[in-house]
Amino acid sequence: MNFTAKERERFDFAVIAHWIPHGERVLDLGCGDGKLLRYLRETKGIAGYGVEIDPASVLGCIRNNVDVIQIDIEGGLSGFEDGSFNHVIISQALQAMHATERILSEMLRVAEEAVVSFPNFAYCANRAAIAAGHMPVSEDLPYEWYETPNVRFFTIVDFEALCTKLGITIRERLAFDDAGQIVTDDPNLNGSLAFYRLGRAS
Amino acid sequence: MVTPQRVCFDESLVLKSGAVLPGFELAFETYGTLNAARSNAVLICHALSGGHHVAGVYADNPKNVGWWDNLVGPGKPLDTNKFFVVGVNNLGGCFGSTGPLSINPQTGKRYGADFPMVTVEDWVAAHARLADHLGIDTWAAVMGGSLGGMQAVEWSLRFPDRIRHAVVIASAPKLSAQNIAFNEVARQAIISDPDFHGGHYAAHGVVPARGLRLARMIGHITYLSDSQMGEKFGRQLRHGEHQFSYDVDFEIESYLRYQGDKFARFFDANTYLITTKALDYFDPAFSYNDDLAAALARAKADFFVASFSTDWRFSPARSREIVFALLHNRRRVVYAEIDCDAGHDSFLLDDAHYHAVLRAYLENISI
Repeated sequence: MNFTAKERERFDFAVIAHWIPHGERVLDLGCGDGKLLRYLRETKGIAGYGVEIDPASVLGCIRNNVDVIQIDIEGGLSGFEDGSFNHVIISQALQAMHATERILSEMLRVAEEAVVSFPNFAYCANRAAIAAGHMPVSEDLPYEWYETPNVRFFTIVDFEALCTKLGITIRERLAFDDAGQIVTDDPNLNGSLAFYRLGRAS
Repeated sequence: MVTPQRVCFDESLVLKSGAVLPGFELAFETYGTLNAARSNAVLICHALSGGHHVAGVYADNPKNVGWWDNLVGPGKPLDTNKFFVVGVNNLGGCFGSTGPLSINPQTGKRYGADFPMVTVEDWVAAHARLADHLGIDTWAAVMGGSLGGMQAVEWSLRFPDRIRHAVVIASAPKLSAQNIAFNEVARQAIISDPDFHGGHYAAHGVVPARGLRLARMIGHITYLSDSQMGEKFGRQLRHGEHQFSYDVDFEIESYLRYQGDKFARFFDANTYLITTKALDYFDPAFSYNDDLAAALARAKADFFVASFSTDWRFSPARSREIVFALLHNRRRVVYAEIDCDAGHDSFLLDDAHYHAVLRAYLENISI
């Protein structure tokens, strides 16, 4: 089974929305055209802000009536106060940023809990592509190597090791294959897309 | 086609300085139609050299196009098919509102240097009387660029229940020392002009044109970006070779002289002095221990804040100060940092992306 782009987007949104209680204050980093925040506003009544650097995406946010702040978060989240949000989200955008460690640490400074989703580079179909001599192009890694905005290629195992290094607690993890089926058996092999709820180590 | 209007307020106005204006007139223009619910009114606040002629042209002078005509009109980003737009000349101005060129009722002569200093707060107090006069209880939006943006911020603080959206473009929460320094050089250029006569030049039948011209030349340098000036003028020579004289050698000299001369012909020197002081004094955080977030706590409006990448007069960092102070107060805010080569003056241009984001924001405003 294959999702249409719209179904896929809704599926991602639904997974994230499941973790966001009603009426929260939410910050979405790399928010694109603001559709996730709009979805969370409409389904969860959240008060949210998006952060985006791309001018066309900023315009998209405004057209979606989403409050967007156009700044570059590669330099960190200074300006955002400690604990000023309930949840901070980075939905399939972490792999497109350089300052991975800094951004992850900063997320848990400005919010009580972080929600992170990213494409798992070690997904079996990706491994097969590499084994066949090619960079993977898939549902969750939809770009050719010469046009990808992604700059960090990592796996579920890699990500969890970084969380340990940064003193970040993994509160919950969900992995899905490219048909959107939940994966429990060896997620690093069978999961195409991973979602995390992260907190500070107490 | 638009016709300027005037309204006279007889009640005196106590200014921030403590001085009292025994009454005053405001010159204004309107575009579009106020709806039955009176919910579609937008106030445009002008910057240093602007006025109430925001859009359109006058019947007797089709060449005199309003200063924000590319933004305001039917089908334009601030669409007058939807909004009722009001442009006003600030108190102390020289385009029709009571100012240094007006007759002082106590002496029967022009105010000149006796016109009291007015501040951004005083302008907003005067604007509120205009709103009352027009039957506008709440503005759908108050917007402005540069000094105009400061007035939009002040509106949100002084009358939090009378403004639903503040549109603050290429502005700053207060001037930096460098900003004040440029203003002071401009003022000294005017004040040291032998034709200034302590501000009572009108009584001598002259204007301090040399000083005003210099002030404008200095201002213009700060309105443009280095890269744009380089692109537009570079080191182009007027005569193709060095003249070894103090006449125009480089095209940039010619440009500044032209801009200075043009300005000195229509702008009043006392208004220039007053307006630069109003800029210098504006600082809503002053009485809040420099805590801008505390100062903005009163605001209830939603905000649109925009800055321009090459604006070094009011750089993007200055706009971000406003944005983060608003975030602290959990106000709704959209912030766009627009990539535009034209420096501070970008806010007056019809850059496609700038106008697209502004249009999108204004389309979201319910009326």
